[in-house]
Amino acid sequence: MNFFAKLYYPLRKAWKAVRLYLVIAGPGIVVMVADNDAGGITTYAATGAKYGYHLIWFLLILIPVAYYVQEMTVRLGAVTKRGHAEAIFDGFGAFWGWFSLIDLLIVDWLTLVTEFIGMTAALGLFGVPPWITVVAVIVLMAVIVLNGRYWTFEKLALLFCALNLIYIPGAFLVHPSVRDVLHQGLIPNFAGGFNGELFFFLMANIGTTIAPWMLFFQQSAVVDKGMLEKDIPWGRFDTLLGSIVTVVVAVFIVIVTGTVLPGVDIDSAAQASQELMKTDRYVGTFLAIGLFDAGLLGAICISLASSWAFGEIFGWAHSLNTKIRQAPWFYATYFFTLVTAGLVVLIPQAPLVLITLFVQVIAVTLLPAALVFLILLLNDRKTMGERCNTPGQNLIGGVIVVSIIVLSTLYGFSVLFPNLFK
Amino acid sequence: MSAFRNLSAKIAAINARYREPRIEMSRAVRVSLMVLRVYLLALVALMVYKFVMIVTQG
Repeated sequence: MNFFAKLYYPLRKAWKAVRLYLVIAGPGIVVMVADNDAGGITTYAATGAKYGYHLIWFLLILIPVAYYVQEMTVRLGAVTKRGHAEAIFDGFGAFWGWFSLIDLLIVDWLTLVTEFIGMTAALGLFGVPPWITVVAVIVLMAVIVLNGRYWTFEKLALLFCALNLIYIPGAFLVHPSVRDVLHQGLIPNFAGGFNGELFFFLMANIGTTIAPWMLFFQQSAVVDKGMLEKDIPWGRFDTLLGSIVTVVVAVFIVIVTGTVLPGVDIDSAAQASQELMKTDRYVGTFLAIGLFDAGLLGAICISLASSWAFGEIFGWAHSLNTKIRQAPWFYATYFFTLVTAGLVVLIPQAPLVLITLFVQVIAVTLLPAALVFLILLLNDRKTMGERCNTPGQNLIGGVIVVSIIVLSTLYGFSVLFPNLFK
Repeated sequence: MSAFRNLSAKIAAINARYREPRIEMSRAVRVSLMVLRVYLLALVALMVYKFVMIVTQG
């Protein structure tokens, strides 16, 4: 009895902290889970099918990588009260500002098309025609953003984040060998030796972990949410939790395809779902639902990243806390990018595969620039004050940024020249 | 027509507002931006090369 009495207060305190977190949980976890978008799900499914559990350790390394990069946007947004696009314009002048803004618009729009490809393919497995999926998604996203409150948007987005966890029960349904997962997955190894193909997969996994829109989205979201410097510790925790969740989900996708589809060449997550449905209807269905959810979450965040960026630069009202009449241009750019991207998927014979490849190449032009600007802005003591990067943070951040730039550039090259690493 | 005029006036105003980079142009910043310029130029050249290859070879 005494033991339970002693346990009561710590438990109550912990529960209070959890409830507090649920109230303020926000952009960090949303952006990280949204990073597991349609393209990401395809990459993880293909990785599992190709290498089984052997690359799980590598995915775990990506937790600190994603955290350190995104954490910098939290500090920058909370201190400057500016989105990433505005910070670049202000810090580096109009040339670099326009370069980043136009590049962001192109990358976001192309990525949005890939999200629609994923969503239509996922619901296509249940017999839903693509045009119904596109219309339904646009209506659903209108409902999510047009309520006039950032808080409501964020909580609805968190619901979709929770649905992303569907891969976890999916992995248990295929009964993987826990011993194999631990033995093969947690000890760093390169199955079949380090060759060009393995290198391609490693680069693809990094490429899906850090995307340019994530930097712009999180910083703008931090500003729209009204986070202050005192909220930075919570923002950090939120980002760390998000980076753990996103990698855990990725690991479970790898476990599913590594268990059921070893050696199968996967071109898309929809194909993986179809293959899984042949062996286990429920697991295949879970993967398809997860793919749709991933595409939807990605689409919500990506179109917002563009609208926020444009609003910041053109001086339009650009907050989800505003109604459509108060911020017509903000919502107009949001729906313009959304509707046009959706329509592309409906065009018969549209070069969708080419668009998917093109995204990775164009992203390579924006990501290094955005990361370099991020590090430089975080070292601007005049603006950042005591929130400026410490030498330790610069060392870690610098190593991560240089590694990402090198690997994502090589990934872009490998897309341009497919035989480069074979 | 007036919409285009408004847009170009807006862009001119943005260019004027952000004419001077606010960040201190230390040696490290200058070198970083220079490396970034070279990197992007090389990347664009590579893409143009790839595009020409696709067009000429079908």
